[in-house]
Amino acid sequence: MKQLMLGNTAIARGLYEAGVGVASSYPGTPSTEVTEEIAKYDEVYSEWAPNEKVAMEVAFGASLAGKRSFCGMKHVGLNVAADPLFTISYIGVNAGMVILVADDPGMHSSQNEQDSRHYAKASKVPMLEPSDSAECLEFAKLAFDISEEFDTPVFIKTCTRIAHSQSIVETGERVERPVKPYVKDIPKNVMMPGNARKKHPIVEKRMADLEAYAEKSPINRVEMGGTKLGIITSSTSYQYVKEVYGEEASILKLGMVWPLPTKMIKDFASKVEKVIVIEELDPFIEEFCNKIGVEVSGKELLPMIDEFSQNLIAKAMGKEACEGISIDENIPVRPPVMCAGCPHRGLFYTLSKNKCTVLGDIGCYTLGAVAPLNAMEVNACMGASISSIHGFNKALGEESEGKTVAVIGDSTFMHSGMTGLANVAYNQSNSTIVIVDNSITGMTGHQQNPLTGLNIKGDPAGHIDLEALCKAMGFNRVRVVDPYNLAETDKVLKEELAAKEPSVIISRRPCALLKYVKHNPPIKCNPDKCKSCKSCMRLGCPAISMKNNKAHIDETLCVGCNVCKQLCAFDALEGNE
Amino acid sequence: MTKNIMIVGVGGQGSLLASKLLGRLLMNQGNDVKVSEVHGMSQRGGSVVTYVRYGEKVYSPIIDKGQADFIISFEKLEAARWLTYLKKGGKIIVNTQEIDPMPVIIGAAEYPADLVDKMKNAGADVDAIDALSLANEAGSSKAVNIVLMGRLSKYFDATEDAWMEALEACVPPKFLELNKKAFMLGRNA
Repeated sequence: MKQLMLGNTAIARGLYEAGVGVASSYPGTPSTEVTEEIAKYDEVYSEWAPNEKVAMEVAFGASLAGKRSFCGMKHVGLNVAADPLFTISYIGVNAGMVILVADDPGMHSSQNEQDSRHYAKASKVPMLEPSDSAECLEFAKLAFDISEEFDTPVFIKTCTRIAHSQSIVETGERVERPVKPYVKDIPKNVMMPGNARKKHPIVEKRMADLEAYAEKSPINRVEMGGTKLGIITSSTSYQYVKEVYGEEASILKLGMVWPLPTKMIKDFASKVEKVIVIEELDPFIEEFCNKIGVEVSGKELLPMIDEFSQNLIAKAMGKEACEGISIDENIPVRPPVMCAGCPHRGLFYTLSKNKCTVLGDIGCYTLGAVAPLNAMEVNACMGASISSIHGFNKALGEESEGKTVAVIGDSTFMHSGMTGLANVAYNQSNSTIVIVDNSITGMTGHQQNPLTGLNIKGDPAGHIDLEALCKAMGFNRVRVVDPYNLAETDKVLKEELAAKEPSVIISRRPCALLKYVKHNPPIKCNPDKCKSCKSCMRLGCPAISMKNNKAHIDETLCVGCNVCKQLCAFDALEGNE
Repeated sequence: MTKNIMIVGVGGQGSLLASKLLGRLLMNQGNDVKVSEVHGMSQRGGSVVTYVRYGEKVYSPIIDKGQADFIISFEKLEAARWLTYLKKGGKIIVNTQEIDPMPVIIGAAEYPADLVDKMKNAGADVDAIDALSLANEAGSSKAVNIVLMGRLSKYFDATEDAWMEALEACVPPKFLELNKKAFMLGRNA
């Protein structure tokens, strides 16, 4: 059946049709919907794992046990899963194992712009790269076949424009796969030095075999057009190239970006006058061409930064690009903001008011760094808030202990905050850690996690008691506050900063966007009482603005959280008594 | 020839449903279609853009400057921001609703005045409409997206039945009547 499908949905469909049995992932934009879509198929066991390393090891275990398995993650998630990746590459698979990694050129929703193709090369794992939803579906199925034929996990790599673009696909039926019996095989599966030394040559042989496969695989194809120019490309860049050049240039379209087909590239180059490699981010294919002695241009014409577009390529190639009309007006930027009623707002207001140095983490609450709160000062990667506050306080001692705070979300804490917390408890820094528990994985669009008590399908699941966990890890001081209550939050923060031992504050209130969260009627501003002091404006709530020099509440946005009311000294903000 | 439609607005205004509806309609008409969306952090009240492209064969999933046949803007400032994507001779449908961005809220910038006139003076074919009032009339301020799809339908070679069929396929049954009403209010405004 023909359907308009998101790239991520198409990958899920392909995995399903290929008979995937177990899927384990951690959410991360732009990869999340793949696993959410798999969860809709009852024939497949699916789950949210606490992090990507766990997810990959779950998929590995399922593959060993004999079921086709999948794990999916964003590019930075692959950093977390890199440890199992490099050694699972040596061990190989029993039933097929597919790993999705979704890059984010342009950093629509990410903290860096890394190019995951380097992981394929470094870990010696083949990588397929679809260029639209139809290929997402096709390559997902093919990836399992390659995995089983060559005894290797297989990457599917996407980017935001593939993952989050819809195009037309033709769906098929699921093929059920019998479980491949697990066989005890210590030399194959136990990677201690003696065994691993024997495996490494096998892995190198596998890569040579895979390169031979890449030479004849139909997913690497030449589209001959004009011979003045030959373009080597893949992924969404292929689509931009087709848009700009049509039949004017010849194209080598790579569906498999590792290993690369040496002979095919040389043959292609011999048929055209000059060759340009058009690829987003790093010169990965370009450097390979240089290595095999094929003269190409690439990054001297095209940027290593940001995503491409048809106009960008046209301009870089000296062709005419479209220009639009514009008005001579300074248009204010519209960055993302914490939603009206966001429980993080009350906490960050309090941290800002107390002039705390805040080491932050990855989630919606990273928006605590933007104006007017400007309350987060550092943010690197998942879990870094807790580990780095420990280093910060060890370096400065009492000078920083009384005013420095780590802020980490509930899902991020389960992902990689616990090991940092163990370090604080073990090596005893007098650190104050705030876990903002909004009872969901928020920024990626509401996924369950081990603290919510529900599984990926929304059914009851195991539930980890956060307070008990922190206490068991050696924290005597574990406090819970409601961030809608500013006075309470302020009092507890001051007490825990003053305490001469490590402490955890759990700032707990469900995300205001959760369906089960009941909203209060909107607050109203009484203009007769409003003295235009703008105290309420310090919250950075998108529902509050100044109209005719009086505070004005946008009723379509306000959820009646009452936090602004607590800042008004003149009782001008009314409602929800 | 590939045709290009952009849907722009503020995260949370329902552009994903609008693009889903449009994609469905265009596919039902036998077109090749690509729709490119924004998920994730930018959705949190930020400026969001969705690209819808259709024709015999569509390659790129995105629309570039000077390429859009239609821009449907859910908010006035966003219309001005994305105007440069409009093709010469293209049409921009603008919801006149104003949503202050954070720099305006905190007083670091002003919401520009007379944007519709300025866009017209720059040579843009502007169709300005108070979609929020019509959405409220239909029964929910959240139906702004469908009001604007109704407005777009005026300029489109597709029957009312075809739009309704797409609407039925994209909207949950309990909101169908409200959305149908919103659509017709936009179409007939």
